[in-house]
Amino acid sequence: MKIVVAIKQVPARDSLLRVNGNGTWIQDSDLNYEINEPDAYALEEGLQLKEKHGGEVVVLCAGPDRAAQTIREALAKGADRALHIEEDDLSAADPLALAKLMAKALESEKPDLILTGLQSDDYGYGQTGVILAELMGLPSATIIMSVEVNGSSIKVKRELENGWFQHVEIPLPALLTMQSGSSKLRYATLMGIKKAKSKEIKRLTPGDLGGIAAQSVKLERIYLPERTKKSQVFDGGSPKEAAAQLVEKLKFEARVL
Amino acid sequence: MSVLVIMEHGASGWNRMSFETLAAGQQIARELGVPCEAAVAAAPPDELADKQLAKAWLVEHPLLEKYTPDAYVLAFRQLIDKTKPTLVLLPHTYQVRDFAPRLATALSRVLVSDVVGHRIEGGQLVCVRQLFQGKINADIRFASAAPNLASMQAGAFRADKVEAGTAPVEKFTPQIEAAQIRTKPLDVFRESARGVDLNSAEVIVAVGRGIKEADNLPVVEQLAQALGAEMAASRPICDSGWMPMERQVGSSGQTVAPKMYVAVGISGAIQHLVGMKGSKTIVAINKDAEAPIFEVADYGIVGDLFQVVPALVEEIKKAKG
Repeated sequence: MKIVVAIKQVPARDSLLRVNGNGTWIQDSDLNYEINEPDAYALEEGLQLKEKHGGEVVVLCAGPDRAAQTIREALAKGADRALHIEEDDLSAADPLALAKLMAKALESEKPDLILTGLQSDDYGYGQTGVILAELMGLPSATIIMSVEVNGSSIKVKRELENGWFQHVEIPLPALLTMQSGSSKLRYATLMGIKKAKSKEIKRLTPGDLGGIAAQSVKLERIYLPERTKKSQVFDGGSPKEAAAQLVEKLKFEARVL
Repeated sequence: MSVLVIMEHGASGWNRMSFETLAAGQQIARELGVPCEAAVAAAPPDELADKQLAKAWLVEHPLLEKYTPDAYVLAFRQLIDKTKPTLVLLPHTYQVRDFAPRLATALSRVLVSDVVGHRIEGGQLVCVRQLFQGKINADIRFASAAPNLASMQAGAFRADKVEAGTAPVEKFTPQIEAAQIRTKPLDVFRESARGVDLNSAEVIVAVGRGIKEADNLPVVEQLAQALGAEMAASRPICDSGWMPMERQVGSSGQTVAPKMYVAVGISGAIQHLVGMKGSKTIVAINKDAEAPIFEVADYGIVGDLFQVVPALVEEIKKAKG
């Protein structure tokens, strides 16, 4: 079974984010980066399927040079090889333009299954995978918790709202977007890290893939959200003082104590 | 030239977000000076007849009775080709996330997903959506010709603002062949009977990623005890198995509205906020003053929860005597 896992490198979850001077993006020079969390679960699912059914796991990642670090980590966990669509500035690519590059990069791969996270932690469009499926003419299902392979089709557990789930049967080849928390993530072993050094990362540029398509939607400006609700925040003094102030409010103003 | 609102109706009735999006559609159509239409697949007739709409489309086909992304894309693409809307609005539900990006791609467009606000500038719609789990907002403008598509986040508009009136109801039967539907929907189920009904709790103390390790949970449990509260958690805590899934609050867990909700170490991603923002009094404790949880909090303490929570437990005990 040939499995492609599309991953993205994003600022680490606990990053303190600041908007840059002209409001076009965050100040990203001093941030730490990591694999987008739902993509880490997609990778884990891909590796587990390979262990059960054999085959190959190919990592696909679009991003600047620094994304190579996240790709190496995926290879160290057990992916076999990688495709890196390398571009310093992908800000002109909307989700459709990005998915077009990815579809082109996968043209000769003919995977049986494509997995990716349900959304990215940075833009959070939650669409790249689904768009990729439509472009490649593949059936898709989203927000998937688990995958069971039955010959030429798969049975997946799809999350619905309010604690409900649904099983869906899908013929292969197919694309799935994975939910976080579906299984326990593995760590790279020392042996894995060593092996990753000799694994192939094929670098492609947008130019190799037909270029970045014109935008259908344009991100104009980013900014910190305005507070619409007036919250009373106690942030000065010691924890004890703050706690005492809060308790007084809860008792005499909100009357909930 | 119109705004088309695609609503959602399933086995358990209307998805409540549909009417928030309908209110958005009516408002934005008025602001743009165009008529508003609504459409729904496989719904009982006439439920939209008493809303202020230029048209209510009942999209009917036996292959739409059980949701599949393939059938929905085919059906709504045909309706859009027929009605030629300027703007298509959808509620940002799990089902919409499943099919709407495909629908937009089939139309060579990009859906602006998860919209929390809007404004009209020079006769054009500017959508506000969240980045980085709600920590940053972004203004997004459409750069392509009609139809443009957007999905609206829960709570961005109010369902009780839907304008009543009359709507001519028309049936639309799309062309769909069984062979065009590739996925096969099977059983819909719940994991296990719920042992905990957080809805009956008057006070809830919820814990998030800020707790760092399962071993630290007793810090927050003491606060719950002091307040006589039920414990709840954000999704990552339940995913990690530190708390049972049945105590998860948010879009994939329970929706609660207690007298007091205390969020400890929860940054407040929108998926969590939709599950608790109806609470009467919201208290947030978080180390990041910019965390979106403070957007909905009535009271907050910015600080290290491992210092703040024990201090708070002590003060509550004193106050309760």
